[in-house]
Amino acid sequence: MPTVKIPPVLRPRTGGESEVSSCGETVGAVLEALAEAHPDTREQLFSSAGELNRYVNVYLNDEDVRVLSGLETSVAGSDTVVILPAMAGGSERAVASSCPR
Amino acid sequence: MATPADQIRERIELVSLDQAREEFAAGAKLIDVREQNEWDESHIEGAEHVPQGELLERIDELAPDRSERLLLHCRTDNRSVAMASELEGLGYENVAAVEGGIVAWEAAGLPTHSDSGLTKEQRMRYSRHTLLAEVGVEGQLKMLNARVLLLGAGGLGAPSALYLAAAGIGTIGIVDDDVVDASNLQRQVIHNTERIGISKATSARMTIEGLNPDVDVIEHNLRLDASNILELISDYDVIVDGADNFPTRYLLNDAAVRLRKPVVSASILGFDGQISTFVPYDGPCYRCLYPVPPPPELAPSCGANGVLGVMAGVMGLLQANEVIKLVAGIGEPLIGRLLLYESLGTRFTELKVKRDPQCPICGDDAPQISAEDMGRFPDYELFCGAPAREASPSAVQHVA
Repeated sequence: MPTVKIPPVLRPRTGGESEVSSCGETVGAVLEALAEAHPDTREQLFSSAGELNRYVNVYLNDEDVRVLSGLETSVAGSDTVVILPAMAGGSERAVASSCPR
Repeated sequence: MATPADQIRERIELVSLDQAREEFAAGAKLIDVREQNEWDESHIEGAEHVPQGELLERIDELAPDRSERLLLHCRTDNRSVAMASELEGLGYENVAAVEGGIVAWEAAGLPTHSDSGLTKEQRMRYSRHTLLAEVGVEGQLKMLNARVLLLGAGGLGAPSALYLAAAGIGTIGIVDDDVVDASNLQRQVIHNTERIGISKATSARMTIEGLNPDVDVIEHNLRLDASNILELISDYDVIVDGADNFPTRYLLNDAAVRLRKPVVSASILGFDGQISTFVPYDGPCYRCLYPVPPPPELAPSCGANGVLGVMAGVMGLLQANEVIKLVAGIGEPLIGRLLLYESLGTRFTELKVKRDPQCPICGDDAPQISAEDMGRFPDYELFCGAPAREASPSAVQHVA
């Protein structure tokens, strides 16, 4: 079963797990299974139209799926899918100047 | 019992430093038989340099007259005595070795010349660098001549600045308008308890001055924004990005691509860090990696979320490591690669990052920026999803 690496910011939505196993033969199916198992991750991964959010990078092993076949990219059981949102580092005062809601 | 070397030593004429100087001034030939790297480090002005291994084949050309007075010297006097003996075997009648060699010469305070461009103190200070074949004197000189700008003297900038200063980066600029706070000291090792309340850039300068007098520290006690970024970064060779917010990261990226400045970019949160090196047009830029910033709930700050101080140190030093490689022109910088570090599992993951042909900044169809538009940037606060709280087009940094 493919392994999905969960970034720190999503771990509260996977019960603290940094790696989860998730079924699927494509990247999209693997992420969909993740969203089924951990529903709080869905809105972070997918837009309301069901597409991968642009601010979430997804890698199959070390390759960006954007340069493969996107969500259609085939996944083998031994593969690792890495979810990677950008991070900005940070300190208290950053809150005022980093992308507020 | 006397060894063969002792027997040679007894036979060969050894001249004192004073006598050697006198004879040299009167026209005797002084031959330095040390190796090239030793010669480069320091030598006696006017001496001939012929490494030990080449002396016998070059001596005819150097001293065709076998009765000529020849003074040989080396580091101490072992090699010079041995070579004087060899020359005697070739029929040279008037050869001597200088007692104590260049070590004694320098210890007596007599002048030497260095091709290396390093002072005697620098040769000592950076000897562990210059001993590395990949760095050498040449690499060290590149570091001493390099100008590196650090965005922030915080969780990433503090360790990075310390090691870059120790390494002898000649000019270090520090952009930070914050002051040292007690909560910084768990990771920002360039500051200390007594400096709580003073400017971080000043505190960093004080520490660096105590560590390495070769480093010129330039304090930029300001907030980076669209109005000052081009002028600021144009004076530097490499930028170290430790900014903590997306508007700054995108602003820096876009300015750095315009001016073709390499950026070593890292970010940290909790127990995790990531780092990459963006060299405009040689590899992807920050926007190729992250075309759009995440929403705020996916981008918490270290202040809200916490950060392991040691992990910040690891990432800051990885940045310093990238800077050294870029400056010295050695190794393989993290161009086109994103390195993730998970400190809890002690795991590194490397991901490939490709240039995006559609990138609005460095892609094939990215608009040419005219000279008059060079200093104009998009509204990054808007780009990041909300209006700025401050009037500044991109209030920046407080920096990890």
